[in-house]
Amino acid sequence: MRNTRPSVIKNSSRTGYLMSLPYVLYFCLFIGFPIVFSFILIFHKWNVVTPMQWIGLRNFSRLFQDIQFFISIRNTLVFLVIHIPLQIIVALMLALLLNRKIKLKGFFRALYFLPVVVSGVVITILWQQLYAYETGLLNLLMTKLGITKIPWLINTNWAMPSIAIMATWKNVGLYIVLFLVGLQGIPRYLYEAAEIDGARSLQQFFHITLPALNSTIVLVVILSTIGGFSLFIEPFVMTGGGPMNSTLSAMLYIYNQAFYFGHMGYAATLGFFFAFIILMVVLIQKKFVERKD
Amino acid sequence: MKKPITYILLIIGGLMFAYPFLWMISATFKPEIEIGTIGLWSSNFSLRSYAAVFQKIPIARAFLNSLFVSICVTFSVILFGSIVGYALSRLRFFGRDFLLGVILFTMVIPFQITLIPMYILMVKFGWVDSYIALIVPGMISAFGILLFRQFFMDIPQDLIDAAKIDGCNDLEILFKIIYPLSKPVIITVGIVSFMGSWNDVLWPLIVIRLQKLMTLPQMVTIFAVGGQADGQLGAQLAAATLLAVPIILVYAFFQRYFIESMATTGLKN
Repeated sequence: MRNTRPSVIKNSSRTGYLMSLPYVLYFCLFIGFPIVFSFILIFHKWNVVTPMQWIGLRNFSRLFQDIQFFISIRNTLVFLVIHIPLQIIVALMLALLLNRKIKLKGFFRALYFLPVVVSGVVITILWQQLYAYETGLLNLLMTKLGITKIPWLINTNWAMPSIAIMATWKNVGLYIVLFLVGLQGIPRYLYEAAEIDGARSLQQFFHITLPALNSTIVLVVILSTIGGFSLFIEPFVMTGGGPMNSTLSAMLYIYNQAFYFGHMGYAATLGFFFAFIILMVVLIQKKFVERKD
Repeated sequence: MKKPITYILLIIGGLMFAYPFLWMISATFKPEIEIGTIGLWSSNFSLRSYAAVFQKIPIARAFLNSLFVSICVTFSVILFGSIVGYALSRLRFFGRDFLLGVILFTMVIPFQITLIPMYILMVKFGWVDSYIALIVPGMISAFGILLFRQFFMDIPQDLIDAAKIDGCNDLEILFKIIYPLSKPVIITVGIVSFMGSWNDVLWPLIVIRLQKLMTLPQMVTIFAVGGQADGQLGAQLAAATLLAVPIILVYAFFQRYFIESMATTGLKN
């Protein structure tokens, strides 16, 4: 950085390059190289220890016959299908309540946000106890209320919905705040005009609030889709993917292939394919929601 | 809807979020057989669960590991994010817009593509089981650069020109003139990268096997999953509580900054 200033006001390109250099190095090493390398890996069989072995497209033919992988993708989609609508409904309801003129607004907002800042590991260990069949808080409460106990994590039909409910509880605070930002952007006069026209509050909600929140909803859908596709630590800690693979998420399956079985080439292929699915889903969501506009 | 109903619903909501945490903390002090109860009270509170955790795993060491790693990552993301953000917003050079495009593009790439090759890179560099593997891959974040760039674009050029006339170079301008004006963005980037690093568990699970180098969430995960807890619920919950309490305490004091920072991150994505 010694003589980088030929004149006082005009800045030289060299400073620009020097100051961008950290990112360029970082990009080459940790983004560019891994992408290129993963493209090489998908044509190889490799366990890191012995030399790489070229196997052409055999990773792909294996992938398309890998029932477990497709089960894991289906499970991830099941998670998303439950998690996203639940997230939007709960977040929107609580945001609407918080958006009224109330006392302690900041306190409630902070309370709902609390699980967002706490590590997913904590949440998972805690909810594993809440979900316990005989001794869990949820089933104890339900017994008190005279409702039949639910086999949360031990039944193949309930296990993934249980994880989706927990994930909603963890993340909903963030989406409440995003909805609050959206709600505050709606001009008051719209509601005043509607009131003069005699629109009831439910009509106001469907004709003013909901359309105005469209872009927030798109954002929430896309953020929770991307987050949901990386579902890993919850099944890893809670169920190990069971019972009977019903909570085996795609990320957990890729992790097991790579770091449990040491199939690096195959895991890289799965990662590539899975990333492709993620991008497709997000693009379709964008198209679909934007068309509705 | 009437006011009292609003408050009742808000309080029910509040209990749904707060009670599980209270229940967890109380369970860590209860005897094992009383954990499966609804209430918070026990006639027999003790520190036995915590004693079991401290006896079985070096959790204090894991806490210090996590603290060290997260502070290094946060510091570096702020430093390099601001330097690159400055270059992208206040300097003119050939290829600048291309570089910006590249950074935006990297935010779209799912990490599932790079995860495996990154691990292999760590193996080849001999970084597995070292702090470097935990810190270096997190040292720069595209999101940090973009937030700094956006903030720096609104700083008046006159201020920078005046400093140049006084003989400051660009790094001096960044650190002496712009930094004091940039508290909001520094706090945002700081909180988001600290939380991301502190709570991350997948990457440590992949690159760290040595117990003395494990991060706190990683060690608690392995304690809960790996059978070290011997099925002791109290000990598992105590380990989870030890992982949760530091961040909850920081959050309690700076909750407004946390919420604003994370909302900004969500909105800017």
